[in-house]
Amino acid sequence: MLKQITVFLENKPGRLEGVTGCFAEGGVNLHALSIADTTDFGILRIIVSEPTQAAAMLKEKGYMVKLNNVVAVAIGHSPGSLHKVVQTLRELDISIEYMYSLTSRHNDHDVIVIFRFDNQEDVEKKLADNGITVLSELGGVEK
Amino acid sequence: MELYRNKEIETMGREQLRELQLPRLQNTVKRVYDNVPFYREKMQKIGITPADVKSLDDLTRLPITVKQDLRDNYPFGLFAVPMEDIVRIHASSGTTGKQTVVGYTKNDIDMWADCMARCLAMEGADTSSRVQVAYGYGLFTGGLGAHYGVEKLGATVIPASSGNTQRQITMLVDFGVTHICCTPSYAMNIAEVMQEMGVSKDDLKLKAGCFGAEPWSDGMRAEIENRLGLRAHDIYGLSEIMGPAVSHECRYRNGLHIWEDNFIPEITDPDTGLPVKEGEAGDLVITTVTKEGIPLIRYKTRDICTLSYDKCECGRTHARMSKPAGRTDDMLIIRGVNVFPSQIEAVLLSVGEVQPHYQIIVDRVRNSDTMTVEIEIPESIFTDNVKGIESFEGKVSSQLNSVLGINAKIRLVEPKSIARSEGKAKRVIDNRSRG
Repeated sequence: MLKQITVFLENKPGRLEGVTGCFAEGGVNLHALSIADTTDFGILRIIVSEPTQAAAMLKEKGYMVKLNNVVAVAIGHSPGSLHKVVQTLRELDISIEYMYSLTSRHNDHDVIVIFRFDNQEDVEKKLADNGITVLSELGGVEK
Repeated sequence: MELYRNKEIETMGREQLRELQLPRLQNTVKRVYDNVPFYREKMQKIGITPADVKSLDDLTRLPITVKQDLRDNYPFGLFAVPMEDIVRIHASSGTTGKQTVVGYTKNDIDMWADCMARCLAMEGADTSSRVQVAYGYGLFTGGLGAHYGVEKLGATVIPASSGNTQRQITMLVDFGVTHICCTPSYAMNIAEVMQEMGVSKDDLKLKAGCFGAEPWSDGMRAEIENRLGLRAHDIYGLSEIMGPAVSHECRYRNGLHIWEDNFIPEITDPDTGLPVKEGEAGDLVITTVTKEGIPLIRYKTRDICTLSYDKCECGRTHARMSKPAGRTDDMLIIRGVNVFPSQIEAVLLSVGEVQPHYQIIVDRVRNSDTMTVEIEIPESIFTDNVKGIESFEGKVSSQLNSVLGINAKIRLVEPKSIARSEGKAKRVIDNRSRG
């Protein structure tokens, strides 16, 4: 599993800037980011290389921060690759809470999809058993 | 063992107390009639003279005094003694109009200090106690009012005033402070900064505190007691009558004892102004019977409460007023429903996860009142999942609706984004008055 940083953001000017500014200052490189938004607040979800340190930096700045596990799946940049994963999930009766994707910088695959499932127990093993590439980190050999 | 400062006065029989009050009332009415043109004209208008006050029951024949009367007679028009005899001035903040000014003679200051000393004794304070006064010092009555009471009692006063919270905490620890006086919202602020500094309640020697100058809920009381490790007592007062220590909770905390040798309380119907039946709620009206500088006859405090004359388990005979939910000036009317901010606070804290940092924003949208309650998001409910957070908002909102009958939108805000109070907390932003 990957550690994702979750940040509570009030819907007002400058709050996201505060997060990006904190990372710029602290030399934190973002791998992926997504925002779930409601009328009044957003939940920012971020993947970085050193999540524990980055979360501590944000807490220091007064942000409400939590760390939680997500699953990273690698797929090819070709028609039907995401469909294969989603189909497998349905067959295994695994519900998706939310998901977002990023372009990979790896040599051997093109796209990484971050999943958060309702029930994440043994999910990585189940996916791997069905021939899906699950990543334990986003580093590795770059293109 | 119950600690009294003046056992004879504090526990005297009701009949004796009334015997003590009557000549004091008669004397007060005569003094204002002779020395305050405002009162003389008012009494002449309704055809009453000081000689007509023959019993305590005649009190209800006297005219009511309201805050506007103090404003109309700004600054010193209601003083009943020459300025030579006034030794101190206090003034209200004037946020809702022109400030109101009050004056005290040497005897007034002594009487006030004595009332405050009685309150501290009720909390178990004695000459060995160390009392930190964290009310603001200055024109506000809180700081100096509490201060003189501590000195009168012979305890040690630490005149910290409000603000500089880290230093307050250092003193609480280093000086072994046993009692604290401040607003409830400032007590919460202190508790929070303590946590940031890594100071635990076990590092403190606090036993009790008197918290007042703003309405607060029982949920807030539990929070303060739990976080500071003390017994929290409510203290009541208003500058027009004197300042803090008009009334105070004894350890049974079943209402606040009003020092009736100095203040005669009544409850009147908010609509008719007539006395209510004993035990019914209404406007608290107070007549000062020993004050010299600015004696007030039947002053309408704008606090809604009930009175009980039953003897208290603590042995004191002085009437108890119920903890007021708030001043009528602070009452919000939201689409016809009357609600006090302290009632909203009580509901918020009953939800459990919520900390007592909140703000109420009232607005008018398309001729309809709207209320938004801002709460700092509790750590315990925050996850990466929107659904969980929204269901928490829904829970708080439906609780407000079922208990108070109001429709409020809950808006979660970031931690520490609601301003922390060092004195009276600003709980309500009412945008309706701006038109």
